[in-house]
Amino acid sequence: MSDEPLVTIRGLTKRYRRRAAASSAPVEALAGVDLTIERGRVLALVGESGSGKSTLARCLVRLEEPTSGEIHYEGTEVCSLRGEALRAFRERVQLLFQDSAAALSPRLTASEIVSEPLEILGRGDAAQRRRRALELMETVGLSSAEADRRPLDLSGGQRQRLAIARALALKPRLLILDEAFAGLDASIQAQVAAVLQDLRRREGLTYLCISHDLALMSVFADEVAILFEGRIVERAEAARLFAAPAHFHTRALVAAVLSVPPLAEATATS
Amino acid sequence: MGGRDPGKIIGRFRRQGANRHSEFRTARAPPYHARVPGLLEVTDLAVAYEAGGSPAPAISDVTLGIEAGEAVGLLGESGGGKSTLLLAVLGLLPPHARVIRGSIRWRGRELIGLPPSERRRLRGAEIAIVFQDPALALNPVRRVGSQVAEVARAHRAQGAARCRADALAALAEVGLPDPDRLYHAYPHELSGGQRQRVVLAQALCCRPALLLADEPTASLDSTTQAEVLALLSSLQSRLGLAVLMASHDLGALAALARRVLVMYAGALVEEGTPAEVFGAPRHPHSRALSRAYPRPPRPPRSA
Repeated sequence: MSDEPLVTIRGLTKRYRRRAAASSAPVEALAGVDLTIERGRVLALVGESGSGKSTLARCLVRLEEPTSGEIHYEGTEVCSLRGEALRAFRERVQLLFQDSAAALSPRLTASEIVSEPLEILGRGDAAQRRRRALELMETVGLSSAEADRRPLDLSGGQRQRLAIARALALKPRLLILDEAFAGLDASIQAQVAAVLQDLRRREGLTYLCISHDLALMSVFADEVAILFEGRIVERAEAARLFAAPAHFHTRALVAAVLSVPPLAEATATS
Repeated sequence: MGGRDPGKIIGRFRRQGANRHSEFRTARAPPYHARVPGLLEVTDLAVAYEAGGSPAPAISDVTLGIEAGEAVGLLGESGGGKSTLLLAVLGLLPPHARVIRGSIRWRGRELIGLPPSERRRLRGAEIAIVFQDPALALNPVRRVGSQVAEVARAHRAQGAARCRADALAALAEVGLPDPDRLYHAYPHELSGGQRQRVVLAQALCCRPALLLADEPTASLDSTTQAEVLALLSSLQSRLGLAVLMASHDLGALAALARRVLVMYAGALVEEGTPAEVFGAPRHPHSRALSRAYPRPPRPPRSA
């Protein structure tokens, strides 16, 4: 494993034209983002609505074409990839969305959803694909009892784990979690986070975790980068960020974290 | 939030409000600061939803009391019965819900079995609610000011100018800048935090004694969430308002409530101060919720 970062982003800029007023200036969603993502680590990208988080994720998987800037994945320039090379790249990088109910087809069963990427790419025969789907479901804690159920018959936590199993079907190296914890209760968040951490250790995955929830990211991620008005304004380990936030926006985010009395574990049983 | 649609419920509330007869306009709410003990008393309440013949219990044997001016938190996970309890208190349970047994007393008066017209008179005037998603709670094609003034029109025997003045006062009260200009804005012109403040202004326009809040900050960014919680807390103490806030977010409840009730599978399983319930929980469910809550490495100053 090389020391070179898995992903290096330089000067990434994305401008959107406004729909109505032709005369007005374009919206600058990303204004020159520099960011590296190290192998096997969890990097959180924290910012508020409109800070450019999702645009960055979409540029990274080539769902958006950046206005300017470079994205290197394992030394390869991503923005110029075409055809077969682009398809191969997309197998390595998978995206997990916020609303699993909307992201998963309501008409397919759980095992069909997980094996669909394999089917599209013509990997194995139907029996092999189903076997692989069941294996993947097992790694995220879904039993074969869930295999023939449809997404809307599953709970929110089960659905999000199903989405993870699907994202893993093509053995990606980088998983981008775009608000993958939003809308879940805290105990379900903790359950999904535990599954993801376990997978990362076993499979050597790298995560870019996009969220507005600094408190959650401070316990889930190795490092936190703060995105504000299309720029990374600060990047540090969570403990450092909370102890000494440097940028004024980081200070605002830290101040907005709601405090909860610490849990006295002495009263708790394991 | 399952299949319940707050927008629809509010829509029904509006239609009922709009069709009210003049007799309902007469009584003004009792003095706002009246400190009557035992404002709300819920006893052995059980509600079930009719689902394909067999009723599915949503809440069972819930007993709780709220004093005037008290801030109470209701902690529980999705599907635990929090929203059902709030809607039962408000008298807005969906048609397929049944109150199996129990009593809900408001200032000593039984609400179960009260005619809909009487419930309407209380709803919005004495007991108000704020839902999770302000985008669903506001009518997108009407200016926000008239949507706030509508509450005064429904409950107060007074002219349009007075209702408008009440609405402007309510918009100022919830910390919206330049209420005169904002009165004419449409919901889509406002940010999420501003929209939730407008919904709060609607709820407070007629000076209710009890505000029910169902995950009022769950759809907001963290900094906006902190602002809205601080606003709720200051309104609660300044106006002597009783608040019952349902949430799965321990942080949001800790910022507002002096007393927390824990709801699990439709029943209340624990009660205490936030320090007790979150710091030294007794029930396994409260303990699991507290343990799962992400606490940053260095706790920031308390909100």
